[in-house]
Amino acid sequence: MMIIQSVKMAFKSIWASKMRSFLTMLGIIIGVMSVITLVAIGQGAAKKVTDQVQRLGSNLLTVNILGRGSSTVIDYAQAEQLAEIEGVSRVSPVITQNATVKYGTESEDVNVTGTTRDFLDVQHYELAAGRFIGQVDLDFRHKVAVLGSDTAETLFGGDRAVGAYLTINGNRFKVVGVLAPKGESTAGSSDEIVIVPITTGERVFRAAGVRTIYLTVENEKEAEAVSGRLENHLAKIFRGDTNSFRVFSQQELLETVSSVSDTLTLALGGIAAISLVVGGIGIMNIMLVSVSERTREIGVRKAIGAKKRNILLQFLVESVVLSGLGGLIGIGAGIGVANAVSRTMSIDVAFSPDLLLLAFGFSMAIGVVFGLFPANKAANLNPIEALRFE
Amino acid sequence: MAELKTTEDQPLIVVDKLVKTYKMGGETLHALDGVSFSIRRGEIVCIIGPSGSGKSTLMNMLGCLDTPTSGSYLLDGEEVSRLRGNRLAEIRNRKIGFIFQNFNLLPKLNAVENVELPLVYRGVPGRERRKLALEALEKVGLGDRWKHRPKQLSGGQQQRVAIARALAGNPPILLADEPTGSLDTRTGKEVMSLIRELNGIGHTVILITHDLSIAEQSRRILHMKDGRIVDESGVPS
Repeated sequence: MMIIQSVKMAFKSIWASKMRSFLTMLGIIIGVMSVITLVAIGQGAAKKVTDQVQRLGSNLLTVNILGRGSSTVIDYAQAEQLAEIEGVSRVSPVITQNATVKYGTESEDVNVTGTTRDFLDVQHYELAAGRFIGQVDLDFRHKVAVLGSDTAETLFGGDRAVGAYLTINGNRFKVVGVLAPKGESTAGSSDEIVIVPITTGERVFRAAGVRTIYLTVENEKEAEAVSGRLENHLAKIFRGDTNSFRVFSQQELLETVSSVSDTLTLALGGIAAISLVVGGIGIMNIMLVSVSERTREIGVRKAIGAKKRNILLQFLVESVVLSGLGGLIGIGAGIGVANAVSRTMSIDVAFSPDLLLLAFGFSMAIGVVFGLFPANKAANLNPIEALRFE
Repeated sequence: MAELKTTEDQPLIVVDKLVKTYKMGGETLHALDGVSFSIRRGEIVCIIGPSGSGKSTLMNMLGCLDTPTSGSYLLDGEEVSRLRGNRLAEIRNRKIGFIFQNFNLLPKLNAVENVELPLVYRGVPGRERRKLALEALEKVGLGDRWKHRPKQLSGGQQQRVAIARALAGNPPILLADEPTGSLDTRTGKEVMSLIRELNGIGHTVILITHDLSIAEQSRRILHMKDGRIVDESGVPS
């Protein structure tokens, strides 16, 4: 009952001096607004990266072979055998080489990727036209190529690509398919690509052995376990030389990204929290002024029977209402500013309800902490002296 | 004596050898120097004396705003001279209705909200509070002005709102400190006749003033000087 009464009184006295109340809240408003805006932008950036990683599939494992010399390289056949490891569903060994691709007078330097049939599924590509590399192409080292959408556009313009011939480092290849556009990834455009059978690639580029193997696991929750089995298997192939290869999971990448973004968010939030504390000091300042202005009122209230805690509560509620109201306005302003920034600068923003609640709770807590001292001062006033106060 | 508190014959106030000293610099100032008297229910008593006579200190004691250095104060059968802070606030809330010289209404509240204030601190629920407050305003003849803010009322009306506030909680004692001090003679007379009227319907009134013409309106006058009661005129009825 007393609390409701106090809240009513607080709103009344805040409303009675609107300008002053607004200026008092301004510190909190700016503080909360900057917390919300900065963290929303930080989380938006993190979300964008995370989405990109997840688009690749969180069931993806990558093996990099670092070893040099013929003895520490695994060949295409050994790579294919990794599919027999428990939990692995698809394997796609890859060799890559920068090469000059020519069609008529058009010529372009692109990343030529030698790989197998499963590449399409492992990398989540889709075909726009034609077919992908088949087992026959691998077995007979056919000189066929599948183009990324950008590359097809640059060299042929449109979909006349399928059936045409182009040269890669002077070797004639028949274009059998074109991939659908996939978009940007963290490693640049994934649509500027030429895919050839890995066996053909080995011969054309005179590159022995596989450098990179992409694998998908059956169940993404088991990615860690599969990654462990994979490491054991590879260690056998490399005779215990674990430095010759590395296994990455998308999960690890996600963790790295999120730890970076968490640190960033924490730093931004910390800076903004300082401005909140400054806002709190502003509230304390005004509350102290208000207590001394209303000394007489406090005296009257005490004379007619207000207890210490009644007065304490009244002033505490007033400062909490001030800071809480400031917090709410700040949250609204923060969401508005973040959205405006996102629209004008085409940055992604993300709001987590947790953060909004935290910002509101924090601003209320500021009201309690910085209101306590003035409220206590008011509650401890001597009624006789307070009544005599002019 | 506490067990007799329900008896109607029991004096409402019994003050015995009340002493209040202040330390000012190195000197000890005796603001009250052994004051003893008693007041019965329904009496109207005036305490009069020049400034510095200790009447304000006595009023603070009687109003439970302050506690004496020594001596006893039996209020409505309860010894209150040794109570502290919150207990005193409770006693003030239930037993004493204050009427101040400069009204001391809260400017941001309207008349009825001002009158409700003691009931708020007593924890009376909203609807009943409003009813009691309106009744009190009715008693002082301002039932139709309940929505007005203090600034929209004349001095006399403000004092009457303040009297309604003192009445709202139905305390046994009305304690009036120079109730006409800020009013012109005519309004002062009106307020005094209201106070006498209230005394007539059974309220115990203690008046503190330095104005003899006001004091003469009460049947019993206690004269104070240098922290003592030096003279008592009028017979305790």
